[in-house]
Amino acid sequence: MSSVEFRKDIFADERDDDFNEIGKPRIRQDILGHVTGRSRYYDDHLFDGLLHMRCVRSPHHHARIRSVDASAAERMPGVRRIVRPSDVPNNLNTLLSLIGFGRDDEPLIASGKVAYRGEPVLVIIAETEAQARAACNAVRVDWEVLPHVLDVEEAIKPGAPTVNETYPNNTFDYGRFDHQKLRFGDVRKAFREAAHVVEAEYQMSPIEQAPVETCGAIAAPETNDRYLCHTGTQALFFSLGTTAKLLDMPSSKLHFIGGTVGGGFGGKVDSLTEPMAVLGAMLTGRPVKFQWDREEEMQVGAPRGGERWRIRDAVTADGHIIGREFTGFFDSGAYTRLSSYAIQKGTGHLPGPYWIPNVASNIYCVFTNRTPATAMRGFGITGVDFAIECHMDRVAETVGIDPIELRILNSYRDGDMKPHRRLAKNCALVECCQVVAEKAKWPISQEARSASSLAGSSPERASIPDTAVDEEGKIGDRRNREIDPAPAPGTKTVPAGTRQPGEMKDAGPQRPDMMPDAAALGLKRDQASAQRQMPAAAPSARGAPQPVAPAQVRPAAPAAAPPAAAAQPQPSAPAAPPAREPGPAPSTGQPAEVPYQPDKPFQRGVRRPGVSPFLSGSRRR
Amino acid sequence: MARKPISFTLNGNEVSIFVGESANLMEELRRNVGDLTPKHGCGQGTCGACTVMVDGEPQLSCITLAQSVEGRSIETVTGLSQGPVLHALQQAFIDGFAAQCGFCTPGMLMAAKALLDRNPRPSRDEVIEAISGNICRCTGYEPIVDAILIASGQSREVRR
Ligand code: FES
Ligand code: FES
Repeated sequence: MSSVEFRKDIFADERDDDFNEIGKPRIRQDILGHVTGRSRYYDDHLFDGLLHMRCVRSPHHHARIRSVDASAAERMPGVRRIVRPSDVPNNLNTLLSLIGFGRDDEPLIASGKVAYRGEPVLVIIAETEAQARAACNAVRVDWEVLPHVLDVEEAIKPGAPTVNETYPNNTFDYGRFDHQKLRFGDVRKAFREAAHVVEAEYQMSPIEQAPVETCGAIAAPETNDRYLCHTGTQALFFSLGTTAKLLDMPSSKLHFIGGTVGGGFGGKVDSLTEPMAVLGAMLTGRPVKFQWDREEEMQVGAPRGGERWRIRDAVTADGHIIGREFTGFFDSGAYTRLSSYAIQKGTGHLPGPYWIPNVASNIYCVFTNRTPATAMRGFGITGVDFAIECHMDRVAETVGIDPIELRILNSYRDGDMKPHRRLAKNCALVECCQVVAEKAKWPISQEARSASSLAGSSPERASIPDTAVDEEGKIGDRRNREIDPAPAPGTKTVPAGTRQPGEMKDAGPQRPDMMPDAAALGLKRDQASAQRQMPAAAPSARGAPQPVAPAQVRPAAPAAAPPAAAAQPQPSAPAAPPAREPGPAPSTGQPAEVPYQPDKPFQRGVRRPGVSPFLSGSRRR
Repeated sequence: MARKPISFTLNGNEVSIFVGESANLMEELRRNVGDLTPKHGCGQGTCGACTVMVDGEPQLSCITLAQSVEGRSIETVTGLSQGPVLHALQQAFIDGFAAQCGFCTPGMLMAAKALLDRNPRPSRDEVIEAISGNICRCTGYEPIVDAILIASGQSREVRR
């Protein structure tokens, strides 16, 4: 392809040209199986005595379950087991708890209440699928229908029904706030200086991934006290970990086989079918298949969440965007799944590939009584990019300049500072725009044609400005009064150059680079590290000093006096050494974004070629 | 449920099985006979992943009563290649990147084979018509249509 060559030309002296595969056709390694029909999807494994599983699902968006009567269903032909919420050993989970992000908020089988239409309340296992279906129809559920909310902005108003009891304010918690903040510079100042203010709202619908193979899994007891699970999951180890957690069993008891997925697009990461199938196999001692039908795939299969974006730009008369403000709402549906993370991805992506010296954004992960949303192809990015690029055209129209030239004018140049406090590098938008204009025979000015990603940055563009921060939108505040969801005016200024929350002293909350809030977390990290050090500190406390491996030596204060450390009110103290600890995830729901640092060099495993404690015989030296 | 013996040929081989009254052909082929090539995408006749050929005609096996194929001749992807030698359609699908996840592929191939058997040099529109009952969510239809045209010995630029 000529555009590939073109790119190589442009960056010939800067980038290593080791792209030897690009532009050459390569045959997929699995395609022979596909065209001969021999690829084995999860459902292509045959088991004798296979049982089938079906769910009784809620017909309501939001309802309390007064009672579930399965007595008639139990007596129906072929029914082998009714699975109730109480049969799930650990019936509350959140997908990202496996990486310590967020609180458990979703049951495998709902008890007490349902929060979206299609939520399972009872499961029936029968000899045939038809028998399981018939038995499901015979279950009587006494519902008390509750008021529901389907719109993100309605859901955060005072008095809106609580969708998800784990997050009673209908928003996921980001540190102390009910939204993810990003602050860079001072947008208010930019709006005062602007020649044009361009404001618009963009709404994306939820999108169903609609793979041709529906979600499902087959589980069977193995002879060695393990459970086999064939699954169409896109995330085998997520599914395995989630199953182990929900069923309260060591993951060593699970033997998961996957890898051949009949289309996924993100919709097969939620790990809903695997725990159910394994639970069925545990309860019946037989192979059990849990396969969604097409209707379930469309109704309860988690879609890409709907997103609403409001963008407000401050633009100079000649088309420089000097301020950009975002207010974003992600419709997470009834439970968190992956929306909390989508927002962090989205925040890191703002304000798009443009250098804008003042950026503020508030993004909300909102719970509504819709089907929970999940991953789909670039989720967290695609929606906001759509909004940003529509908005760029709108800005171009307002200012009266060519849309491609506007983009070239505002594009990142190598060395620019991004709002999440990383320097831009390997930028190529300028060149992309030039190629697009050329291919489309779209005339652009000589100046735009000679622009380059390599030139145009400056010390000013490379630095972090004075940044206005605010305290608006603390968790729970919106219950009591209506608060403008847009970023509030700053009440404090964080000095220029401040990169990390730890550097901010008491400058107030700000979450550049999506780091956890230092004020909230510094203390917790100290506590966490102190707790984990206690075993090591205990012997010396008993007056029996023991030699400690050098790698275990720690700053004395927290190790020797954990209670005192915990009582210290000033959290921002010397946060540096504890901050490098791979501490357990803080309960605030923030991911501990700390580089992994082993406590000591690995004692086991291969350290040098040829030297391994696991090798025996002549190869062991 | 009364189970009834039926006999049919599957890719040229005689098959006799017992089937229930309401059993569908897809489930019987997959679980009873063990030919796993018809795929279950919807079970309600909307996606085409279960397409097989019955007496040369493409049929959705998920909504075909198993008992109705008594004495008929059924073809599936299993019978498409002769040992290691691939059918022209299979080779064209490989060369033209006409499969990604592969779940729709068996159904696509059978719909295409039914077309080429009766119309060896179809127009592009005829190819599109022939696979119009088969949904592919990954690949996009252009490479599939191209592959079918190439398998018919024509170029992908064939007239509309
Ligand atoms: S499974 Fe037969 S048409 Fe979809
Ligand atoms: S290749 Fe996945 S559905 Fe067609």
